[in-house]
Amino acid sequence: MTRHLTKALMLIAVLGVAACNNPDRYANGTAGAGAGANAATGISSSPLGDPNDPKSIAYFNQTVGDTVHFAEDQSTLAPEAQQILATQATWLARNSDYGIIIEGHADERGTREYNLALGARRASAVKEFLAAHGISATRMRTISYGKERPIALCSAPQCYAENRRAVTVLTQPGNS
Amino acid sequence: MRLFRPLAIAIALLGLAMLPAWAQSRGPLKIEINQGVIEPIPFALPAFVAENAGAQQYVQQIDQVISADLSGTGLFREIPQSAYISRITSFDAPVQYGDWKAINAQALITGAVSIQGSQILVKFRLFDVFSGQPLGQGLQFAGSADTWRRMAHKVADAVYSRITGEGGYFDSRVVFVSESGPKNARQKRLAIMDYDGANVQYLTSGKTLVLAPRFSPDGKRILYTSYKTGEPRIYVMDLATRQARILDDQQGTMTFAPRFSPDGNTVVFSLERGGNTDLYLLNLATGQRTQLTNSPSIDTGPSFSPDGKQIVFESDRSGSQQIYIMSASGGAVTRISFGAGRYSTPVWSPRGDLIAFTKQYEGRFHIGVMRTDGSDERLLTASFLDEGPTWAPNGRVLMFMRETSGVNGAPSLYTVDVSGRNLRKVPTPGDASDPSWGPLLP
Repeated sequence: MTRHLTKALMLIAVLGVAACNNPDRYANGTAGAGAGANAATGISSSPLGDPNDPKSIAYFNQTVGDTVHFAEDQSTLAPEAQQILATQATWLARNSDYGIIIEGHADERGTREYNLALGARRASAVKEFLAAHGISATRMRTISYGKERPIALCSAPQCYAENRRAVTVLTQPGNS
Repeated sequence: MRLFRPLAIAIALLGLAMLPAWAQSRGPLKIEINQGVIEPIPFALPAFVAENAGAQQYVQQIDQVISADLSGTGLFREIPQSAYISRITSFDAPVQYGDWKAINAQALITGAVSIQGSQILVKFRLFDVFSGQPLGQGLQFAGSADTWRRMAHKVADAVYSRITGEGGYFDSRVVFVSESGPKNARQKRLAIMDYDGANVQYLTSGKTLVLAPRFSPDGKRILYTSYKTGEPRIYVMDLATRQARILDDQQGTMTFAPRFSPDGNTVVFSLERGGNTDLYLLNLATGQRTQLTNSPSIDTGPSFSPDGKQIVFESDRSGSQQIYIMSASGGAVTRISFGAGRYSTPVWSPRGDLIAFTKQYEGRFHIGVMRTDGSDERLLTASFLDEGPTWAPNGRVLMFMRETSGVNGAPSLYTVDVSGRNLRKVPTPGDASDPSWGPLLP
C-alpha cells in the first residue's frame, strides 16, 4: 500500500517536473500525459508535500500565504500585502531551492488586453518587492493571465476583490 | 453604380405626403444610412429560377441567405411571397411592374441558378419598381457549387450597394475566439466563420489559451496572442496552411495586442517588460523591431489609420485608460478622449472617419464611436460587459463581444449599426468572444 502510494507520488512528481518549463500551470494539454484530465477540469496537479513540513509547498501556500490582493485598477502593494510578501521573502530565502513564478490576475471589470498588462504590472510589483527583500531576480519569473483565470466566479465586488491578485507559485527544487 | 431616378416620377405616383424620408431626400430606391430613423425599404424576392435540375436544391437556400442578409441590415424588409401577384418563371421575361407596385414593393430582385458540372452559376437583376426600370446591370457569379452561400452574399452585397451607395459586407468572414467550459477554466479556440455565423471552422485545438485574433487586410493571415510557450506571445497564422509562427520570443517579456498595418507588412503590438507596457512595430519581412512609445504606463490596443500614417491606441498615462493618436513612427501623442469614464480598444474605421471604442462608465460597458479628433462621441450600446468593437468592411456596422454576468456568465457576438440601431446577436455554435471582421472577399 505504502509502496504503491510512493510510486504514485513519484509519478506525480515526474509529471510536475515535466510541466515545469512551462510556467502556465493552467495549460491544458501542452505537457502530454495527464493532460486530458487537466483539459477537462482546468485543474493542474503538482506535489504539495505535507502541510506540517515547514519546507513544503503546502506549508508555503497555506501558512505563509501565496496570494496578495489589489485595489481596483491598482498594482500598489497595500500594507497587508507587503506583510504577506515579507513573510514570503523570509521563507523563500530559507528555502532557496524552489523556483518562483509570480502570476498576475485581474477582475472581469476591464478590457482583455488592458487587464493582461495590469496583471503583468501586479506580478512585477510582487517580484520587485521580493527582490528588494533579498530574493534573487533570476529565481523569479512573472506571467500575467489578465482576466482569463478568475478563482471567484460571481459578478459582485467580493469576487472581483478575490480575483485581483498575484499568486506566488513554487516549482520543484532544481526545476525552475 | 447607383442610378438616381427623377424625383418627379415618385411624387406623381405616390403623392408627397406618402413619401418616406429616404425618398423625399434622394428619389426612389436610395437609402442614406447615416440618417435618423429609417423606414425599411420593402423588397420582393421571388424564388430564383432553377435553370436545370441540379440547381433546384440550391434555390431556396440562396433566396434565404439573400433575404437574411438584406433584412438583417434593418434597412430592408421582405414582402412575403404569399403576397406576390406575379410569378417569375424565366430570368429574361419582362417584369410586370404593376404587379409589384400593387404589393408596395420598392425593389424587386429576380435571379436564376444553374449547375454546370461542379460549378454553380447565380445571376440576378435588381429593379426599381416605382420608376419601372432596372437598377444597374444584371450580374452573374460563378464558382464551385460548395460556395453557393458566397454567391448569395454577393447578390445581396450588390443589391445593398446599389441602393445605399455604400460598399457591401455580406461576403466577408470573421475570426473570433470560440469558448467553452467553466468560467475559471475556459477553453479557448481560434475560429473563423462567415459574417453571419455560418461555416464555422476551428483553427486551434483549444489546448492552449488564445486571445484576440486580428485579420490581415487581405484576409489571408491572422495575428493573435497565445500561451503556447507558457507565456503570452504574439503569433501570425497563414489561414490557407494553418501554419503559425511566433513573432517575438524574448525572455522576460510578454507580447500581446498585435495588429497589422494596412499594407500587411508591419505589425504594431504591445510589449511588457518589468510591468511596463509600450507599443512596438515589427517589420514582418526583416524581423526588425522599433519602439514607438516609451512611457511608464500601459500602452496597448493599437490600431492603424486606413492610410497607415497614424496609430490610435489606449494608454493610462493620465491615470486612467484614455485614447491617443500618434504618428505611425511614434513621437508626440494627442489625447482624443475626454469624457468621464475609461476608454479602451480604439479601432479606426476603414472609412477613416470614426474611431470605435469600449467605454467603461459607472459600472457599465459601452461600445461607442467618436470622430478622429474626439468630437461627436456617441455610445451605441450598454450592458454589463460590452467590449472590443470591430468594423464591417464598409465601416457601417460594428461587431463586438457582449458577456453576461454571474457564475455562468458567457460571451456572445453582436452587431450594431454605427447609428446605434439594429442590435443583433450573431449566431455561433458556442460561446464566442474577440471578433475581428475581415475584408470583403474578392
